Amino acid sequence: MAAFLFSRFLQSAVLLVIVSIIGFLVLYLMPGGPLSQYALDPGMTQEDIARITEQLGLNRPVHVQYLDWVWGLVQGDWGTSFRDGSPVTQVIARHVPATLLLMGSSTVIAVAIGTWIGVRGATHRYSGFDYIATVGAMIALSIPTFWFGLIGIYVFALRLDWLPAGNMYTIGDGSVLNYLHHLILPSIVLALVHIAIWSRFMRTATLDAISQDFVKTARAKGVSERRVVMKHVVGNALLPMITLAGVQVPSLLTGALVTETVFTWPGMGRLFLDSLGYSDYPVVMGLLMFSALLTIVANLIADITVALVDPRIRLA
Amino acid sequence: MTKDKSPKSGFTRRATLRMMTAGGAVGLLVPSILGKPAFAQTPPAEPTGRVVVGLSQEPTVFNPLMPHIETDDGVAFSIFDALFRIMPDGEIMPNLATEIPTVENGGLSEDGLNWRIKLRDDVTWHDGEPFTAEDVKFTLELITNPEFRAWRTAGHDLVRDIEVVSPTEITWRMEEPFAPYLSFLSETFILPKHILAGAEDPNDTPFNQAPVGTGAFKWGSRQAGDNLQLVANPDYHGDGPYIEQLVFKYIPDMTVLYTQFRSGEIDLVGQAYITPDNYEEAKTLDERVVELVPRGTLESIYLNQSLPVFQDKAVREALYLAIDRKSIIDLLYFGVPGEAETFMPETSAFYNPDLPEHEFDLEKATSLLDEAGWTPGADGIREKDGVRLSFANSTTTGAHLREQAQQFIQQTYAQIGVEMKIENLPPAVMWGEFWGQSQFESAMVGITYLIGADPDVTNRFHSKAIAAESGSGSNNARYSNPEVDRLLEEGARTFDIEKRKEIYKEIQAIIREDLPFLPLFRYTNVFGRKAGLEGFEPNSNTRTESSHAALWYWG
Repeated sequence: MAAFLFSRFLQSAVLLVIVSIIGFLVLYLMPGGPLSQYALDPGMTQEDIARITEQLGLNRPVHVQYLDWVWGLVQGDWGTSFRDGSPVTQVIARHVPATLLLMGSSTVIAVAIGTWIGVRGATHRYSGFDYIATVGAMIALSIPTFWFGLIGIYVFALRLDWLPAGNMYTIGDGSVLNYLHHLILPSIVLALVHIAIWSRFMRTATLDAISQDFVKTARAKGVSERRVVMKHVVGNALLPMITLAGVQVPSLLTGALVTETVFTWPGMGRLFLDSLGYSDYPVVMGLLMFSALLTIVANLIADITVALVDPRIRLA
Repeated sequence: MTKDKSPKSGFTRRATLRMMTAGGAVGLLVPSILGKPAFAQTPPAEPTGRVVVGLSQEPTVFNPLMPHIETDDGVAFSIFDALFRIMPDGEIMPNLATEIPTVENGGLSEDGLNWRIKLRDDVTWHDGEPFTAEDVKFTLELITNPEFRAWRTAGHDLVRDIEVVSPTEITWRMEEPFAPYLSFLSETFILPKHILAGAEDPNDTPFNQAPVGTGAFKWGSRQAGDNLQLVANPDYHGDGPYIEQLVFKYIPDMTVLYTQFRSGEIDLVGQAYITPDNYEEAKTLDERVVELVPRGTLESIYLNQSLPVFQDKAVREALYLAIDRKSIIDLLYFGVPGEAETFMPETSAFYNPDLPEHEFDLEKATSLLDEAGWTPGADGIREKDGVRLSFANSTTTGAHLREQAQQFIQQTYAQIGVEMKIENLPPAVMWGEFWGQSQFESAMVGITYLIGADPDVTNRFHSKAIAAESGSGSNNARYSNPEVDRLLEEGARTFDIEKRKEIYKEIQAIIREDLPFLPLFRYTNVFGRKAGLEGFEPNSNTRTESSHAALWYWG
């Protein structure tokens, strides 16, 4: 186990360095830069822009800037946002709660509904339900999230007026109910794709489990079908899902990027787009590293969990 | 401490406005007030209610002396005060100062070099500390401090020997006479010395995330990525505030922003305004006031004068003649923007109304080019002395109206034997070195020329302001005319308004004649607010619609 952990950490570290170098280079090679947004300001001269470039250290060679940034990172200093002048960690921290709220609620929805559809589809194979679930999953997977978002806004906010069209809460009303009301539409939209993925995987895993000998044994012993499914099938089918969950967390972040934009949700996804728009390199790099870390950690946790719950798996 | 209600504090304007309102004059001027009686509207005695301003960009810079964009201005104008305030008609009024320095009142020496500013004695910072001349001195010195990441330093870099005479009086000397400085000062917000003087690094202090000012609103709270809430400052020295809470709500998508204006989530469409294509529908909305507000920005096609093809004046004239400007405005921009011939806003006192009007005349353009010796080559594109009448036009990708206008112009140009290629770039690339160092051939661009209401445009048209040559300035068309240079220098030295009017009218006439850029239209914003929100006055001399939120109230 120790050897496994060590090699995984080493892999992760190398991966992080590669991600950071690529990210930094891509940002650096993008022409324009963070100061081009001031170019049309009345009274702003090229001289002013040159002065600020110098003050921000943007005129130094790329490798110096990179090493400087890495050195800061090692010491826990993620740099300072060009756009609002506060430390990157603070900027990100301000946007984390909104994203966590959205991701958390949509994960709960996706897992609950996806598992149910998957298990039901597998136990009632080739039934009407199974066909509908299959076709539904294909549709959900092939249509982009933003389209669902726009349709959701059009139908439920503009036409029916049941749900708010966006924002995390109504200004002046900070009640939990208000937050929940605003959460419904974006979390369902974000969950849609994941329900589809989750249900397909769960269906396959359930079918796998059903054909196992211990299920046949249980049935032969006269255990009720319901009990067989709940205790023996679902429990075993959920095992491989742990790995899936590890892979899904980062992709939830990507989905949040789009969903947050459509629903004007003040989370990290929108922060990322905004920071890219303003060429706010330190924040973009910070978010890049943050999501890379998240991906690596989530996968690691998934691997370890699988090893812990399934004694058949031996890690080396 | 006494509340100064002298006419200089702007009280007369308010009184006049109230009288106008009482007389129903506003009802006549704004027919869209939805039939409600427009009289008897007075601000409440205590600040009440909340106004939510919708912005399409997020305000993030709260130290107004640091590099910031338009959207940050609304916050700065509400939290801070400058020495002077610029009114919608371009008149400069005292704000933290008690009077406008002139030669007559001893505020300005004859040669314009020595300034003496008298300050109010009844102003306090939001934390209760008194505002004094020390704060003004500190602010002016901070801007030129090389350690400080100042936004723009033009004008301030001429200030020398700042002296605090008393808590309510400050003097300084200018390195050279610079008449626009008064306007510049109306956008220079004064910061508190007692908070910032002790800061280790003025670029990075807690103040920048929770500013303390003297303005009508105090810092409230911020939900990053979503909104910013300011609260009324009950001790404000001027008129107002009449609302308890001023909220800036960030909605990045213009369509969503308009939807939220329709659904009533935002009370006022700030900065981004309503897109022209929604104007007709917006006008029909119940309980909303939608009006056209002209701005100081001019959309034009910049011609890079360093290109041989643009050095022939006949070419520039023919290109202007071959633009069907009226159709672009009416068909692409839904008739919202106004035609213009000059960089000077029509609302400015320095505007020259006597410039020749643009005409769309392809025949005239053709004969002009023929006479100048530009003859069609084998492929129909004209050439002269080996130079093809062909050039690229660039603007920002994603600006679909601009892209359509480009294609439209491209077609009419083809009819007179001119080839215009379209080479667009993403904004961050377009406004980088490509624009700053004049690497473009021609560019479609919207530019605000004035700072405050001062007509000085040295930075845009003086030959020493060509960044590609001198490393400084924003004369991106690389325009050079010795007569304009001379007039600009004279204008900056002249404090007499009547004389300055003559100078800048002359400059406009020469530039209209020279055509370093081809004017397309004057920006006009479709502005929307909830009916019942009173005291709102658009001010095209500032970059924000929230420049005087202190006077807003719910009627």
